[in-house]
Amino acid sequence: MNPKLTRRRFIKGVIASGAAATTTAAWYSATGQEKPSGFVERLVRINVNGQVRNVDVEPQETLASTLRYKLGLTGTKLGCNRGECGACTVLVNDVPTYACSVLTHSFKNDRIETVEGLESANGDLHPVQQAFVEELSPQCGYCTPGQVMSAVGLLRENPNPTRDEARHALSGNICRCGSYDSYLDGVMRAVELIG
Amino acid sequence: MAYMHIGKDFTPPDVPGKVTGRIKYAEDYTREGMVYARLLTSPIPHARVLDIDASEALAMDGVFGILTADDVYPDGEPQSTGLKILTNEPTLVGEPILALAAVDEKTAETAIAAISVTFERLPFVTDPLDSLQPDGADAYNGGNTFVFRQGFAQEKWTADQVASFRAGNEPTAEPQQTVAYGDLEAAFSASSYVYEGTFTNAGYPHMSMEPRSAMAYWEDGKLYLYGGSQSLTAFADGIAGIIGVPKEDLVFINEATGGGFGQRARAGSVPVYAVPAKLSQKINRPVMMRTTREEEFTIGGARQGLTGWIKVGFKPDGVMAACDLWIVSDNGGKGGGADAYSAADCISVLYQADAVRFRGTAIGTNTAHRGAQRGPGQNQIAPIISPILDVAADELGVSRFDIRKINTPMTGDVGGPQRTPFTSAYMPEALDMASAQFGWEERQSRRRQTNGSKVIGLGIGQGYHNAGRSGMDGIVMMGADGRLKVHNGVGNLGTYSYAAVSLAAAEVLKMPWDRVDIITGRTDLHLPITSPQDGSNSIFTNTRTFYGAAQDMLAKMKEIAANELGGAVEDYDISNERVHQIADETIGMSFGEVAAIGIELGGKYTGEAELPEELAEWTQIAANRLAGTGFMGIFHDPRHEGNPPGFTVTCCEIELDKETGKFEILDMISIAEAGTIMHPKGMDNQLVGGAVWGIGLSALERHLYDPQNGIPASTGYWQSKVPTYLDCPLKIDTGWVDLPDPENPVGARGIGEPSQGSVSAALTAAITDALDGHIFGASPITTDMILNHIAGTSEESVPLAQNNFRG
Repeated sequence: MNPKLTRRRFIKGVIASGAAATTTAAWYSATGQEKPSGFVERLVRINVNGQVRNVDVEPQETLASTLRYKLGLTGTKLGCNRGECGACTVLVNDVPTYACSVLTHSFKNDRIETVEGLESANGDLHPVQQAFVEELSPQCGYCTPGQVMSAVGLLRENPNPTRDEARHALSGNICRCGSYDSYLDGVMRAVELIG
Repeated sequence: MAYMHIGKDFTPPDVPGKVTGRIKYAEDYTREGMVYARLLTSPIPHARVLDIDASEALAMDGVFGILTADDVYPDGEPQSTGLKILTNEPTLVGEPILALAAVDEKTAETAIAAISVTFERLPFVTDPLDSLQPDGADAYNGGNTFVFRQGFAQEKWTADQVASFRAGNEPTAEPQQTVAYGDLEAAFSASSYVYEGTFTNAGYPHMSMEPRSAMAYWEDGKLYLYGGSQSLTAFADGIAGIIGVPKEDLVFINEATGGGFGQRARAGSVPVYAVPAKLSQKINRPVMMRTTREEEFTIGGARQGLTGWIKVGFKPDGVMAACDLWIVSDNGGKGGGADAYSAADCISVLYQADAVRFRGTAIGTNTAHRGAQRGPGQNQIAPIISPILDVAADELGVSRFDIRKINTPMTGDVGGPQRTPFTSAYMPEALDMASAQFGWEERQSRRRQTNGSKVIGLGIGQGYHNAGRSGMDGIVMMGADGRLKVHNGVGNLGTYSYAAVSLAAAEVLKMPWDRVDIITGRTDLHLPITSPQDGSNSIFTNTRTFYGAAQDMLAKMKEIAANELGGAVEDYDISNERVHQIADETIGMSFGEVAAIGIELGGKYTGEAELPEELAEWTQIAANRLAGTGFMGIFHDPRHEGNPPGFTVTCCEIELDKETGKFEILDMISIAEAGTIMHPKGMDNQLVGGAVWGIGLSALERHLYDPQNGIPASTGYWQSKVPTYLDCPLKIDTGWVDLPDPENPVGARGIGEPSQGSVSAALTAAITDALDGHIFGASPITTDMILNHIAGTSEESVPLAQNNFRG
């Protein structure tokens, strides 16, 4: 280690340089040491619901695990944890994504949105959420956050979908209660609310 | 009758939490110092644990302890069927053997891998008929069947008897159960069309979206248990016994539940919740047990598979004269249910046959745990019987609608082998409504029309389930603020019944809905006992209890008003949250003022005296804890008379492609007959949800086991193939008859179960119709079966068996 580089001096240097966090990679860079073979950054920055969050992430950690167990965003549900049910759907750069099937490390430069980030600052529900309430779309509710996120993703790309287009867009989200009809009613109601 | 709340849509209080992700399911909770449990499960379908060496695992950093069957059953495991908390005698792959707690799940998994378990392999079987062979393996230790109050037993047929059944003949073995009414022989003699054949209903898993995770900790001698269930107080009552904690020392927290469908109604189906409870007690830390999708498949319950023979006779005018039913039930690795009997009951109810005989035998296999699943029995038989009616109608020259109308149950009829009278039955009205709204007659010209390789099929089907229990308790409270608090132990399953039944209390007291609080979600809020929320029961059962509790509060309000303001109780009425004299409404007082006086008076007004004697123990605990804290209305519901039925009728039109074997549902309508409709949107959800389940039953879902190794091959959503958006019609139309039932104070009955059966019946009938009346005698009818039929390959090329590609 560089004898002149103390932990305190390192942190002060990082702050002075405008970096938002101390990272292990920065440590190796600052100390001039070689990264060990197989090195994967642990402390990563991800943008979730418009906020930059610093998280200690294991190399094989899925985005769903990070969101639920590191950031406390338990609205993202784990139904199967193997890419079959869609309960964990979040938006990555507006694209519906199964959070159980992607690694958090892949999204250091991306915009992640979860169901918790949809309400406006004054607490108003997102039109999709409002429409799902009005149409009583959820039953047990476990798949609902995933359905909401798929619907939001759809309406950002296609603000005026047909019912059939909505059906295809949400087809990666299983509802074991069988509330598909009510969710589609909700999507079409959201189209009206968005105007 | 004009109601203030009943029959009107409202937003149940938990809906906003579901769309925002704020509502909490068991796995969403956390507790300081919480550690994580993982299960070690059996890799072998039938075995005996000889030795467990966990020394290496227990020496690992971060490992806090293990829990074994010896810990939870110090006096030995119960020698009966049914899921156990943990076991040394696994009878299916995936059955929990032990649990280990560690600082995190990764450490727990690593430690689990270091545990050495020595198993003695035992013979296993995946098909009940294989087990019935003279040399067939027995699924359980001590036999292949379980006789109530006698224990395990061995049931064997001769090889010829098994072969004859598999060849399509009436079983000749002695059944375990026989129930019959009417003169069967005479009824068949009077028949001019008789159908006879074998059938299979595949078992398949519940696949609730939320795996059965649970968290537990102990504090001041009380157990706090977080889990998902269909019921709340009924479940808590049962799980307290399984864990061995006094009822008054258990706090069960269950704000929301990610699906149930029968398997989370009663604690006996979810004994694994005792794992975090007992592990937490052992290591003195909060324990979170997350279960995986695979574990949910194994212990999450499944529908019984049925292998049967049916003979049905019809008189020349289409009247069903006789039905003879013989069913071998697949009870899986941990025992099953009474699906087969319910199938016979359903035929008797829906078609009012002159004579019915049911014979049945239930046999274990080393496959997933079986138990109640949406409409057990009634729904399996629906896709079997409906095409038979259609073929009979065509043979007799009766329309397919008329054969159902001719045989329909109606008010004044009796049903089932017990010949129980209906409380009311408006099936004729439901048939007429479905036919009219669907345009059944008008569509007949489209029947079997072809367009290239595609052909149109039309189907109509009926569903039934008994939909009402009674004998439960209700409590409502009010403080000086005048708000009505409905203490509600129903449980939040997603049907919103817990909220809809609360309308009955609001209705009695003419309370605005925004002045009503539903007290639920955790048992330390002091909630009365209810029936388990299964079998379409909540609406009938708990409208009775809450209506009664509110009536008790209303009577007490009038007493107080008469005492305070003069006159007799009969001189008083209520409106606008006031009790007032009928003759002069200015003489009265607000609900809040009445409640305040009641609280001051105490005694019966606050639950400190004169409680109903028949209250359940659980309700007594709740009432005693509430006593003196507010103005109380409390009620014990007496038993009702008769069978309150839930009925549905479905019509559908499909287009089946004979080149691919796939079909598309072009149109579907489901009509409910469930008494007074409490909550239209909730009713609509039950109808469309049941429709999706019906599509799965008819066309998609089934168990598949490797018969060589007993390994399940359908543990996920893909392999078991629950319906998705794209398997369902673009829109499912719904409607309801909405006529009151006299055995319920607001006229309501339940509907959750039959909404699946009628869809399965109609869809299977439509497939049969598109294929010129070919009866598969199976659920599901998969694309490969359709293609094989079109190619001229008989179903008999696949053996009559369960857990394989046929059943």
